[in-house]
Amino acid sequence: MNAIVNFLFYSVRAGTPLLLGTTGEIISEKSGSMNLGVEGMMAVGAITGYYLGCKTNSVLVALLVAFLSAALCGLVFAFLTTTLQANQNVTGLAMTTFGVGVYTLIGRSLTQSGEFPAMDSANKLVAFSKDTGIPLLRDIPILGKLLFSYNYFVYLAIIIAVLLWVYIAKTKQGLRLRAVGENPGAADACGVNITLYKYLHAIGGAGICGIGGLYMALVTNGGAWNESWINGFGWISVALVIFASWSPMVAIFGSCFFGIFNALQAWKGNLTDAFPNALGWLSVLPNEFYQMLPFLITALVLIISSVRQKKHSKAPAYVGVNYFREDR
Amino acid sequence: MKKVLALLLVLVMALTFVACDGNKDTEPTDAPSGGTDYSDVKVGVVHIGDPADGSGYSFAHDQGIVAMQKNLGLKDDQIVRQLNIADNDKAATKTAIEDCIAKGCTIIFTTSYGYMDTTEELAKEYPDVIFSHGTGYKSNDKNFNNYFGRIYQARYLAGIAAGLKSVSGKIGYVAAYGTELAETCSGINAFALGVQSVNPDAKVYVKTLNSWFDPANETAFAEALIEMGCDVIAQHCDTANPQKAAESKGVFGCGYNSDMTAEAPKAHLTAPIWNWGVYYTAAVKAAAEGKWAEFGNYFAGVKEGFVDVSPLSENCAENTQKYIDAVKALYNEGSWDVFSGVKLSFDDNGAVVKTDADLVDNTGKVQVAAGGASIEDGVIQGTMNYFVAGVELK
Repeated sequence: MNAIVNFLFYSVRAGTPLLLGTTGEIISEKSGSMNLGVEGMMAVGAITGYYLGCKTNSVLVALLVAFLSAALCGLVFAFLTTTLQANQNVTGLAMTTFGVGVYTLIGRSLTQSGEFPAMDSANKLVAFSKDTGIPLLRDIPILGKLLFSYNYFVYLAIIIAVLLWVYIAKTKQGLRLRAVGENPGAADACGVNITLYKYLHAIGGAGICGIGGLYMALVTNGGAWNESWINGFGWISVALVIFASWSPMVAIFGSCFFGIFNALQAWKGNLTDAFPNALGWLSVLPNEFYQMLPFLITALVLIISSVRQKKHSKAPAYVGVNYFREDR
Repeated sequence: MKKVLALLLVLVMALTFVACDGNKDTEPTDAPSGGTDYSDVKVGVVHIGDPADGSGYSFAHDQGIVAMQKNLGLKDDQIVRQLNIADNDKAATKTAIEDCIAKGCTIIFTTSYGYMDTTEELAKEYPDVIFSHGTGYKSNDKNFNNYFGRIYQARYLAGIAAGLKSVSGKIGYVAAYGTELAETCSGINAFALGVQSVNPDAKVYVKTLNSWFDPANETAFAEALIEMGCDVIAQHCDTANPQKAAESKGVFGCGYNSDMTAEAPKAHLTAPIWNWGVYYTAAVKAAAEGKWAEFGNYFAGVKEGFVDVSPLSENCAENTQKYIDAVKALYNEGSWDVFSGVKLSFDDNGAVVKTDADLVDNTGKVQVAAGGASIEDGVIQGTMNYFVAGVELK
């Protein structure tokens, strides 16, 4: 039982950056902007947030800087695609290359000059990204571990996802946002400021991705510099958007589901030890299979959802298509 | 005027030919010319990463190059570095090596496993240049050798530190690969035997990443091992993440490649480390003195100072230094090696006790007969492919 609980616990932890990346991308796509630059924006948020957060020993600064620097990438994306009408796919891909480049550049020049800050130097960041959980509640057997003993990032990610779900589904602005993504022409005719909506949501969504990057820096990598802090999680996030059918609420479960496949390679031995009869087969499968699994599942999800989409598509009708008023 | 010009051109051409010949004359296989003149030496190094990262594989190699430069008094322009050359990219490898040759390098070190075949090819093409490839197994007996070290000897020492520290008798090991590579396999085995020398019933639980570099999983694997009850985490992978995971969970660990006490001051015990400078100095010296032909392949260990453990941290258990020094003394005498069928233990005074014992793998098969008559050298030959008893793959 313990092994299962621990495994699920780590799955949620592994899924959290995906949740942040996915929620950010959902917001952006709801306004019709398909920003494939999640990987790059996460990388930029990670390195800038980490560096300045450590320098100031402030969680708020880390979060704010991660959000703002990624949001800046979102602004560039919005400017290129909304104002200059550039192709969204290409711009997004460029954003990935650019973001990862900026990340490597900053990280390398810091390590080369010996100024890369150690995470231990910022005890507040360490405390925030440690799995402290919620006092008292975390002591409940099983449930306490499963629900109430994560680092505060996890709760922050869930709160963001829930709030954004409420925003999209229940508020007037959310309704307008959906209209912009579904039929910008009609929304424009109703007097919705398309440009403003597209800009705001591309920027805000990018910022949330940046916080996901900060999570990868602080929790997943523990602040140890290497050149792959994000390691493809941005791309999985993009696929998760489809899996979650553009709902931040579904994304919470979707990211946990993907977290399971990410955690399996590390935890298969523990599960096998705990349940030699029922789960012994986990240890028989080769390591390569587990490395492939998250991406295999991503591919499967994309295939299944694209087959389903023919009947009933959840995607905003105008996602990935630039809106140009004179085209109508 | 035209005639003068033509004459000049002819002269220049002639001089160029002479210069080419001259180059051939200075090939390092010549008879020694007084020993220690290094002004003609130019050293090329091909790195898989960037030493400026401040830790890890390329950094360690470059520290060795820097040490060699200092030992032999070479100038900065006598070293040509090629950085971030992916070792699975043959075209890039070739370009990098040929660039070294074009810049006049007389000896070229290719530091990563994947450079092996390209190095071999170019060694054939450029018989006047010396090629030296690290961690592989190919060589010719002329201008291409192979160098690597008995890092397993250092891992045995780290195993002693881990075995003394462990209370639960379960020690975790985050490895890049398992039995499929002799390098990782021998490291795990030597570490486990070191553990068993001081903690006979302890188990070593291994989780393999299937990658040399997977920072996120390096953390996750260490955490999963700690959840299994492991209270010391050893590693054979690039980043310090397993050590940081150990630190955050309040357990201990043994790093690799560099002294990871810096990254995990409350957790780290000691790390097996390389002193590549020992080899680079010896190799460049041999080349410059024209003794390359006798130099051959290079596989040194603790005795030569090529591998070692980093200074013990304050986290180490009592007696760790004493036991490690005792085993180091055996290496230095050359009277014992890890896979020789002679088991070590320590008496109450901390003196080493040698006992003949079969080296048994974890399926119960005897791999090396007791007595120390033979030494399992599958490590260097690249054939070791079993785990010793007490090692469990998780």
